[in-house]
Amino acid sequence: MTVSTEIKQLVVAKTGNEAMAEAMRQINPDVVAAYPITPATEIAQIFSSFVSDGLVNTEMVTVESEHSAMSACVGSAAAGARAMTATAAQGLMLMAEILPIAAALRLPIVMPEVNRTISGPINIHCDHSDTMFCRDSGWIQIFSENTQEAYDNVLQAIRIAEHARVRLPALVTTDGFIISHAMETIKILPDEEASAFVGAYRANYSVLDNANPITVGSIDLQNYYFEHRLPMINALNEAKAVIKQVGREFGEKYGRAYDLLEKYKLEDAEVAIVCLGSTAGTTKDVVDTLRARGQKIGLLKIRVFRPFPVEDIAAALGGLKAVAVLDRSDALSGYGGPVFTEVCSALFNSAARPKVINYVYGLGGRDIDLHMLEAVFMRLLKIKDGGDLGQIVDYLGVRK
Amino acid sequence: MTDTIEIRWHGRGGQGAKTAALLVADAAIATGKMAQAFPEYGPERMGAPVKAFNRISEQEIRVHCAVEHPGIVLVLDETLIDSVNVLEGVPDNGTIIINTEQKPEDYQKKLNFKGSVFTVNASGIARKNIGLNKPNTPMLGALIKATGILDYAKMLEDTTHKLQKKFKNKPEVIEGNVKAIQDAYEEVTR
Repeated sequence: MTVSTEIKQLVVAKTGNEAMAEAMRQINPDVVAAYPITPATEIAQIFSSFVSDGLVNTEMVTVESEHSAMSACVGSAAAGARAMTATAAQGLMLMAEILPIAAALRLPIVMPEVNRTISGPINIHCDHSDTMFCRDSGWIQIFSENTQEAYDNVLQAIRIAEHARVRLPALVTTDGFIISHAMETIKILPDEEASAFVGAYRANYSVLDNANPITVGSIDLQNYYFEHRLPMINALNEAKAVIKQVGREFGEKYGRAYDLLEKYKLEDAEVAIVCLGSTAGTTKDVVDTLRARGQKIGLLKIRVFRPFPVEDIAAALGGLKAVAVLDRSDALSGYGGPVFTEVCSALFNSAARPKVINYVYGLGGRDIDLHMLEAVFMRLLKIKDGGDLGQIVDYLGVRK
Repeated sequence: MTDTIEIRWHGRGGQGAKTAALLVADAAIATGKMAQAFPEYGPERMGAPVKAFNRISEQEIRVHCAVEHPGIVLVLDETLIDSVNVLEGVPDNGTIIINTEQKPEDYQKKLNFKGSVFTVNASGIARKNIGLNKPNTPMLGALIKATGILDYAKMLEDTTHKLQKKFKNKPEVIEGNVKAIQDAYEEVTR
């Protein structure tokens, strides 16, 4: 990989929310419609100060609910605007009715979304139950491990969502408080570079273009609804190649390459943990510690959960002996978390496949530490050596 | 992880434990190090016990779990010591810095701690220089003096710069905070 040395990036201290707001400033969207909710409030709050200070040309719409925020984004995007918002948990729940409409209308709205537990009981801390609740809404879902990725992912999401072969909305998540409120060392692109990377947006259609009138949001019954869903489904599949291409280009230009997945020390690994978001960083340290003791272990981080990278996951895990999928939400299906069932599904038709166990962890912001992850690896190593598979779906770090 | 400096701040909601942690991380990053700052509680509840954390390293910091064994602990409110185990997970060779009018030996005995105990009247310094009981910025000066984890002059420069951005219309707040950091740097005792 060639790293361009000509582009000088600024090394700064930023929290996840600050990093996402900074990316939004550089994107300079036409419209931002938002409603505050912990732990995402700061994103729109910081952005609104950019608006007041004249640093962006954005039309900031302060609405009375998240349902209205997403509706305003849909309306402005249908008029041809580059529209953004930000939310979390109950806010995402309140948007839920409009999310699939944004996708079906092929409106490339980009939304920073801070992972927070959905009620109840009421809890403001991190888990992935909110994002997973909306996993079948037609939105692209990108998870960030740290503040750097939060920044990089928001910039890339614009390119992905607006790509001619995609034209779908995308959300970029960070883990609530763990990343959203954590200050870390990150590199920021110069404004003109970020602006050039995302480029200008030209919508295919505008509902306000009277010379070329269109209908948006029409009724579509038995005779054509099905045919009109297929292109959206195909676009989601197409998005995989576009996400890879944009991630590769980002790496070539700025030295940080991205893919659908991140493989950490998987090449010669016999067992691995699969997880999303901030836990991946903690797991990397555990992998290094146990590798120093001679254990052949690795990590598969799923960066993009929608579209689900079936082929890449099967290829990455097929040769392993045992895998633990870590879910920061329970699907309430009676069979573990959503990542677990989908990873199993990806592996089912593979010629070779590992034993797969599931841990639901970290609900409501429960910390996941190095010892817990080490214990998961130790169990996997026993399974690899022919030990009993034991309880397939288990709960990590909970008082039973 | 072994060469990572880990810090835990104890305070009460409103005292600025999280802000202090952010200032430390900001200063560390400005001096070329990698750093993290994060709170245990997101929305601060006025008066409730809160914790904030720092990690500082020469290498990339990847872990995102709570700090378990901090080598350095700062206590912004000494009344917490009766209700919170401020030494939880702290190794015997650790350091604790307490905002108090008492002497280090008083707390060395009270806490029955083998490590280093430093005290500084950060509240008094804050009242004198800022006019409010905001002990968080003076504790920065005490932290650097007691541990030497960051370059003092660079930290002062970066914090001044950060305060200038935050309080551009209140120069007296900037001066007061900088003077408070300097006073605490001079006054902290072991």
